[in-house]
Amino acid sequence: MTKPVLPDGLVAVVKRECATCVMTEPVLATIAASTTLSVFTQDDAAFPESVPHSHDSDLSISWHHDIETVPTLIRVENGVEVDRTVGWSRVAWRAITGIGDLGEELPVMRPGCGSLSVDPDLVDKLRARFTGSVLTARHIDMASAEDEFESMFNRGWTDGLPVIPPTAERVLRMLAGTTRAPDEIVAVAPPDLVPLSVEKIAINAVMAGCLPEYMPWVIAALEAVCNDRFNMHGVLATTMPVGPVIVCNGPGTKRIGMNSGINVFGQGNRANMTIGRAVQLAIRNVGGGRPGEVDRATHGNPGKLSFCFAEDEDGSPFGSLASERGIPPGTDALTVFAGEGPRCAVDQLARTPDELTNSFAACLRSVMHPKSALAFDVLLVVSPDHSRIYAEAGWARGRILRELHARLEIEANLILRGVDGMAEGLPDRFRDRTVPKFRPDGILLAHAGGGAGLFSSIIAGWANGDMGSQPVTVAVKS
Amino acid sequence: MGNVTTPRLTILDPTSESRPARRALLSRPSSVDGMTIGLLDIRKPRGDVFLDRIEELLTERGARVLRYAKPTFTKPAPADLRHEIASQCNLVIEALAD
Repeated sequence: MTKPVLPDGLVAVVKRECATCVMTEPVLATIAASTTLSVFTQDDAAFPESVPHSHDSDLSISWHHDIETVPTLIRVENGVEVDRTVGWSRVAWRAITGIGDLGEELPVMRPGCGSLSVDPDLVDKLRARFTGSVLTARHIDMASAEDEFESMFNRGWTDGLPVIPPTAERVLRMLAGTTRAPDEIVAVAPPDLVPLSVEKIAINAVMAGCLPEYMPWVIAALEAVCNDRFNMHGVLATTMPVGPVIVCNGPGTKRIGMNSGINVFGQGNRANMTIGRAVQLAIRNVGGGRPGEVDRATHGNPGKLSFCFAEDEDGSPFGSLASERGIPPGTDALTVFAGEGPRCAVDQLARTPDELTNSFAACLRSVMHPKSALAFDVLLVVSPDHSRIYAEAGWARGRILRELHARLEIEANLILRGVDGMAEGLPDRFRDRTVPKFRPDGILLAHAGGGAGLFSSIIAGWANGDMGSQPVTVAVKS
Repeated sequence: MGNVTTPRLTILDPTSESRPARRALLSRPSSVDGMTIGLLDIRKPRGDVFLDRIEELLTERGARVLRYAKPTFTKPAPADLRHEIASQCNLVIEALAD
């Protein structure tokens, strides 16, 4: 719908329900007697009785001219707004009308009321009515006897849990969470290599249960996974149990209420659960990546529904993962890591950084197999109780990683094929050598978890480097 | 209760809204004699063992065998490689498993 032009002269937008509007009725009559005044009423078509007026019955005038408060008084010249005041202010109304003794009998000032066009109960419908034409996705009618939740299951659109029906109202509200245009292509979604528009992301974000303010994070995560470095195609297609693990950083994580503390990988936080879910639904629905088709995982893991959390930056003695990976501190950013489910690394007795690091190294030895080396990266999520030991000893990220890598140099002869009665292991060409368990940048450190518990968490990765998946860090843009 | 076919709710399609083109399979060749056959190793461990044996069997039957390999099993074959195989071979066999 095109934006209606305001008539030249003065324009007032009012509603009966607003006491300030009712109070200004005699003033409107005075203005109408001396100059051109067009009054638009939002609710009662008869109001104001003493002044000629039009009924903004569909709120088109109010919506398109951004009326947030009534009364609003606007001066229009040659079809263009040149001045505006909201609520009642004797000084402002006199200035805009040029009537020097206007409203002498009224109080000096009286705040207005909310415009119907921004009424929370109406705004989604209005947005759909007036901006719905930006949506290009196919519209699907649900018949009155059809249960939309069952229908969406039957169409194969869900991850096995119910999804929220993506109505135009909800999708437009979701799109209000980003400054990006609905038709902007953010990425090419594997495995079908489909251009992924902001609109399609918003539809899947609605279904996942996201709030509009999560949209920039969902978009950033999809940008981060849909490229040759992260290799979402391979992460999806592999028989191994990995999916994108999304680690979020920056002040925005608090603004959207993400969890970095108690039960950080678990249930209960809307942002954590739905951002990751929206990413997976977009890959499923737009990219065509479905289990049993291109997704060939032998077991998968429950994190493939959503594995997304915020880092506890305030409590971290070793900075944040994003800043370690080149993002300035204080910037919203996220890192994607192809990871399996988390497992617990318990050490309740260590009191020195050496003891703790020895324990971590021993636990990390078993990533994928105690006799594998160099094939997989790992994300080690250190809890506050454990990180305190490093903080008290003055160990920062560089020292922790150096000490871990030093303890993870393995005598190859101990892990050759056949040793210890296990066929698995390194080929014989490594005999008499020392091999690192992880490549030099193969241990990622993050800080998260509840304030009590001398446990940390190990999230093992997938085939690493150019032949598999590289962690990718991107800034989150509004 | 309204008419059961009256739209009650309209939702937006979350999918790509595209359908893959269906292509009929080519008929099976009655003989491989004189054909050029590509063997594509996707780089899974021991895929070469399987393909070496296939090459022997095909060569015995009069086929000319060309060998190809993906850079890594974790990613789709690059477009150039697919084009190379398509332009040089009559048939292709891919070694998929470990």
